[in-house]
Amino acid sequence: MGQQILNAIFIGSIYALFAVGYTLVFGVLDILNLAHSAVFTLAAAVAYTLVVNHGQSFWVACALGIVIAALMGLVIEYLCLRPLRRRRAPPIAALISTIGLALIIVAAIEQGRPGTLFSWLWVDGANPVTMPPGTFPNPTWNVAGLTLEGAKLAVIPISIVLMLILGYVMRFTQVGRGLRAVAENPRAARLMGIDVDRMISLTLVISSALGGLAGILFGVALGDISPYIGRDSVEVRGLAVIVLGGMGSIPGAVLGGYVLGAIEVLAVVLLGSNVRAGVAFAALFLMLVLRPQGLFGAQLRERL
Amino acid sequence: MDFLIQLFTDPIAFWSSHTLLISQIGINSILASSLFVVLYSGQLSLAAPGFMAIGAYASVLMDIYWHLPLALAFAAATALAGIVGVVVGLPVLRLRGVFLAIATIGFIEALSLGVILNVPITGEGLGLKNPDADPVSGIYIVLVSTAVIVFLLWRLTKGRLGYAWSAIRQDELAALSQGIDVPRYKLIAFVISAIVAGYAGAAEAHLFFILDPNEYGVPRTVQVLTFAVLGGSGTVLGPVVGALFLTIFPFIFQQAGDYIGVVSGIVLILVIIFRPQGILGRGGFAFVRPRWWPRPPVSAPSTG
Repeated sequence: MGQQILNAIFIGSIYALFAVGYTLVFGVLDILNLAHSAVFTLAAAVAYTLVVNHGQSFWVACALGIVIAALMGLVIEYLCLRPLRRRRAPPIAALISTIGLALIIVAAIEQGRPGTLFSWLWVDGANPVTMPPGTFPNPTWNVAGLTLEGAKLAVIPISIVLMLILGYVMRFTQVGRGLRAVAENPRAARLMGIDVDRMISLTLVISSALGGLAGILFGVALGDISPYIGRDSVEVRGLAVIVLGGMGSIPGAVLGGYVLGAIEVLAVVLLGSNVRAGVAFAALFLMLVLRPQGLFGAQLRERL
Repeated sequence: MDFLIQLFTDPIAFWSSHTLLISQIGINSILASSLFVVLYSGQLSLAAPGFMAIGAYASVLMDIYWHLPLALAFAAATALAGIVGVVVGLPVLRLRGVFLAIATIGFIEALSLGVILNVPITGEGLGLKNPDADPVSGIYIVLVSTAVIVFLLWRLTKGRLGYAWSAIRQDELAALSQGIDVPRYKLIAFVISAIVAGYAGAAEAHLFFILDPNEYGVPRTVQVLTFAVLGGSGTVLGPVVGALFLTIFPFIFQQAGDYIGVVSGIVLILVIIFRPQGILGRGGFAFVRPRWWPRPPVSAPSTG
């Protein structure tokens, strides 16, 4: 049971870190960025490739993975979102363009085999791989019947510290005030002298960097890196998390991440592992029907 | 290109060598039409694959256990999808926009992961064998019913129901104040969409000897959404054109080989950027002058 609680906190931290980026973009733009899970996958793949195929050290690989994820944020903005904003397209068009980008990223990783165009990015095709042991420090302890893995344990403080920093930035700095102003009312923010386009780019960079970090942590600590980790593990669960927490609310997304982790682990313990995913989505469905404003009760806005 | 050349020079050989593709186009068109109904009434409901699964499993199970004739099994399965549509639609339709989309994703994931994978009668993860499948004559059923469904939906949009949906899509509050019973018309749209999707499921199940439970998840719903939005959800034919275009896309671009995923992602983004209203939407190409592009010289109005 203790092990299960630990697992819940671990996977909850990943969900929270991923969903914070999701909800940040939704809060500012009212758009679901469906390329977010592809960025999650890409960062993990880049970190793995750098270590295994290009002989970089683990820390360099992680740093570069996050940098590339952040750059993908700019790609999302300049390729998928800004052109549509300029054309005053309906939000659903942005949904499709981010789906297109996610398709490109996942297909590029999937096709990465030796001798193909993308062999510099990935050589294992659709196969799942693990970061080879020994490339990263992973001390393991046995305490009171619990197995404590260093890599998994490290995930928890890393994500908590990052989310605290994000909370501080959003609440107390000039940049954070700008972001919140744009989220509240882009037109009024522009009139107050805020560069709205720049704030949106910044949002996507922060969001994608966090998503990429979540991907690297997930891939390394769980030992599962494949072109499909984003799609299968976090894409829809991320939606569940931001709904649980209330769309656009950052503390809500953090809490929602841990709640979802707890619900899933509880479902596994009580009902067996087969129903795990089903239970999470049943919870999501009920939550939306009964309390659509989320756990934190942010005001429900009528937008599409 | 070989694909198009064969289509025009030797249609009979084309038909016999691409039967699977042609029936796929039909099924995808029906599904896209199912999504069209909800989008036309202004609701972003992504539940189609869920109702599709109900139609597919119900028709095959009724055939296996009760030996119902084909038409009766189709009718019963479609009706069941409609009934589930009412049950799901009643609570869900209070939600709007992205919230509705996420709630319906919760529904399909809870159904496919929670129910289909855990109930013995559906064959669980192994899939359900369908010994009476008939891929040869099934294709005629699919093509005829595609035409009939598209025609019926076109008639619906030209009637009282269609005008009500259109009014609700453009401004729900205004529609309400004009005396339109908004919840009722929304529910009608949702249930018609469920019925059409359920029919698509039954028709597709008739084509294959095995039902794969993984077919009815989020990737499918994303695909169908892409059909509908890319084709243009303002007219009945838009989603059909989107389904046609995206289904034959891999065959037109056969040279792309393994990179078809990357190429289709790029094309998807380009189409949606230049035609945010969809391929068949109103208006021309959405060109926007980039900032670095010189402005056309404006001649000052002559004062003489």
